[in-house]
Amino acid sequence: MSDESTKATIEVIGLRKRFGPQLALDGMTFTVRPGRVTGFVGPNGAGKSTTMRVILGLDAAEEGKALVDGVPYRTLRRPLRHLGALLDASALQPSRTARNHLLWLAHSQGVPARRVDEILEQAGLGTAARRKAGGFSLGMRQRLGIAAALIGDPPVVMLDEPFNGLDPDGIVWMRGFLSSLARQGRAVLVSSHLMSELEDTADHLVVIGRGRVVADTSVSELLAEASGGRVTLRTSAPAYAAQVLHGAGATVLASGADTLVVTGLPDEEIVALLARNGVPFSQVSAHRATLEEAYMKLTRDAVEYRGIPAREATR
Amino acid sequence: MTATLTSRPPATGRAGQGGFLRTLHAEWTKFRTVRGWVLATAGALLATIVVGLLGTAAPAPGGRGAHSASYPEGPGGEAVNDSFYFVRKTLTGDGALTVHLRSLTGVADTGTGRTARGAQPWAKAGIIVKENLTQGSPYAAVMATGGHGVRMQYNYTHDTAGPPGEVSQASPRWLRLVRSGDRLTGSTSTDGSHWTKVGHAKVPGLARTVQAGLFATSPQAKQDTAAGTGFSPAVATGTFGRPALTGDWSQGAWSGTQVGGDAGTSGSYTNTSEGGFTQTDGGGFTVTGAGDIAPVVGGPVMGVGFSAENFLVGTFAGLIVVIAVATVFITGEYRRGLLRTTMAATPLRGRVLGAKALVAGGVAFAMGLVAAAITVPLGERSARGRGFHVFPVTSATEVRVMVGTGLLCAAAAVLALGAGALLRRSGAAVALVIASIVLPFLLATSGVLPPGVSEWLLRVTPAAGFSIQQTLPQYTQVLSVYEPSTGYYPLAPWVGLAVLCGYATLALGLAVVRLRGRDV
Repeated sequence: MSDESTKATIEVIGLRKRFGPQLALDGMTFTVRPGRVTGFVGPNGAGKSTTMRVILGLDAAEEGKALVDGVPYRTLRRPLRHLGALLDASALQPSRTARNHLLWLAHSQGVPARRVDEILEQAGLGTAARRKAGGFSLGMRQRLGIAAALIGDPPVVMLDEPFNGLDPDGIVWMRGFLSSLARQGRAVLVSSHLMSELEDTADHLVVIGRGRVVADTSVSELLAEASGGRVTLRTSAPAYAAQVLHGAGATVLASGADTLVVTGLPDEEIVALLARNGVPFSQVSAHRATLEEAYMKLTRDAVEYRGIPAREATR
Repeated sequence: MTATLTSRPPATGRAGQGGFLRTLHAEWTKFRTVRGWVLATAGALLATIVVGLLGTAAPAPGGRGAHSASYPEGPGGEAVNDSFYFVRKTLTGDGALTVHLRSLTGVADTGTGRTARGAQPWAKAGIIVKENLTQGSPYAAVMATGGHGVRMQYNYTHDTAGPPGEVSQASPRWLRLVRSGDRLTGSTSTDGSHWTKVGHAKVPGLARTVQAGLFATSPQAKQDTAAGTGFSPAVATGTFGRPALTGDWSQGAWSGTQVGGDAGTSGSYTNTSEGGFTQTDGGGFTVTGAGDIAPVVGGPVMGVGFSAENFLVGTFAGLIVVIAVATVFITGEYRRGLLRTTMAATPLRGRVLGAKALVAGGVAFAMGLVAAAITVPLGERSARGRGFHVFPVTSATEVRVMVGTGLLCAAAAVLALGAGALLRRSGAAVALVIASIVLPFLLATSGVLPPGVSEWLLRVTPAAGFSIQQTLPQYTQVLSVYEPSTGYYPLAPWVGLAVLCGYATLALGLAVVRLRGRDV
């Protein structure tokens, strides 16, 4: 990897931080690379927002470091030109207009005012630019937050739960938008507590639980692993089919009156076996795990806050 | 999204270069884009002006246009009282007058027909050389006083102490005043042969021909009662022997004049007395007068007049608004989580607070300065039109008061910002800062507290900053009520402002340390 591409990244190295008795970050380590959307997934309270605040220099970690473009965020002189972040779309002065909100941000980075109008158009807020942000719906606030994150045209973008509060149209827009950011060569880190939101969007996943990384993998690898080579078989003679397949060394489980789940044989071999033995079957399909299933499997151990109001959601 | 990735700036620019200006620009944009804050600042301006003008809108003492009222002004432009009974001749060129002062007595009218005998502490009788009979004209005098011994005084504000002791039949004084060009020398003696120099005065440009002779005058009697301090009419009578003259004096009889026509604002005649003189058989004189030859000071002796700070009484009202706006400028960001966005845009937290302080302070400074620059001239014109005296001040003092009012507002805004950053709650911070600046000011200057407590408050609390508005002078040779309730602050103007600035700096400094050391 060239030095240039190393710089357009977020590097999180061994972050450790506690809030009182509770360990919020426990050796959090991962890297966000350019040109792809990295999903940052974990249950509420797993440490996603805390990690993001540490990356931005807002919270201090007790151990470890977080680097943006190779340096700590706090040493950046015009940080929004390196990393644009959306932490909380509701963090607005309600009586300030959308345009003026972006204008002060632009001034703080020495970004010309015309960039404000440009980014408002791109975020689909052109007509609402001179309306007070206090009257915005959550979806519009998310768009304004995205616009704010992109004010400095940064190579690295970090968004905390950007799908929250979006309507279905907004979700579609956001997915396309995130992908386009990655296609432009930016490093994009997107957090979510719902894996389904990131399906078809994220190229890479960092799954966390209890303040540490549970999985750092590409989406396709994760799915393959979660699918685990299972094949679903639909047949009118389940008992006979089970006997034949078992004889060939497969593990067979009944999952319905006429449905079997077969493990241990590839699907083409199953089809050949059944045909050879004259077992009737209507469907043989490789079982495809959803991202959600994969995620549930990964985080089963890590979820300890289920049912408890999450502190992340209230911060 | 169609933007393409542009080349990235270097990770770390040259530290600080233009960085503070960018942050300042951002904070200024933040301030001016919240309409409520801008309107509130305009409201603060309006409140300062309106409260100031209403607070000095007393009805005219003698009806509209009763008389064009202004204090006589001394050679230095200061307001003066120049009222005394003058037994005089003209003196051309150099010369001297020597006289035996047999006694200095007085009568005060203590109310309801009762009188008190005895000269007031600053009752005066002696020799005076004065350019002419116009009030405020240059002079020099050597005199005995009721309670402060023999003094040499000239041009109203200058006072030199001579030998102490009361003058009576048993212990008379001889006084001598010598003119030599623009230099006048006063001497005294207890036996008429051994003389002590009291002091000398240089009165540049003193006319060649002057009015010279004997005088007597007395300020009002100060009476401390359970209800407070009051002043009552008093006169002084000097009994002189035959004056001995050298030099070119006018021929003919001595003539008597009440200089100023009446006793002025610091004196008044009793019901049973009036100014005048009698000539005794041996060529001596008995001279009775009331008034004072001295600078005007604040308090009851000021008469029906206003000083610049009176028109600025509305500053406290404007300050309340300024404090609220400056506090919300930071606590509003805490409340909405916007501070994280701010800190992400400018990771140097001290720089953010510094820029905020400059914006809040700058806006408050402009508000205070403009309010003062509008209110003082308006108030003065209105007061003069209604027949009030307006205490004159030098241009330098006027500038100090106007700029000082701006600085007072600025320092209060920075204090409020610091308190807001420390407490992170608008209500608590606003209440605390108002309770530390506005409340002590109102309590101390309204006279509801004992003077000692008021003065203590105006020394140790941020309300000390109001001292910068004081224009009234204090003179030891003029008896008055020098207390917060009459416009006198215990600290000098810039010292008082420095106390407030100290608090503001402390609050902002603590806020920076606190903000740097914690997660936001």
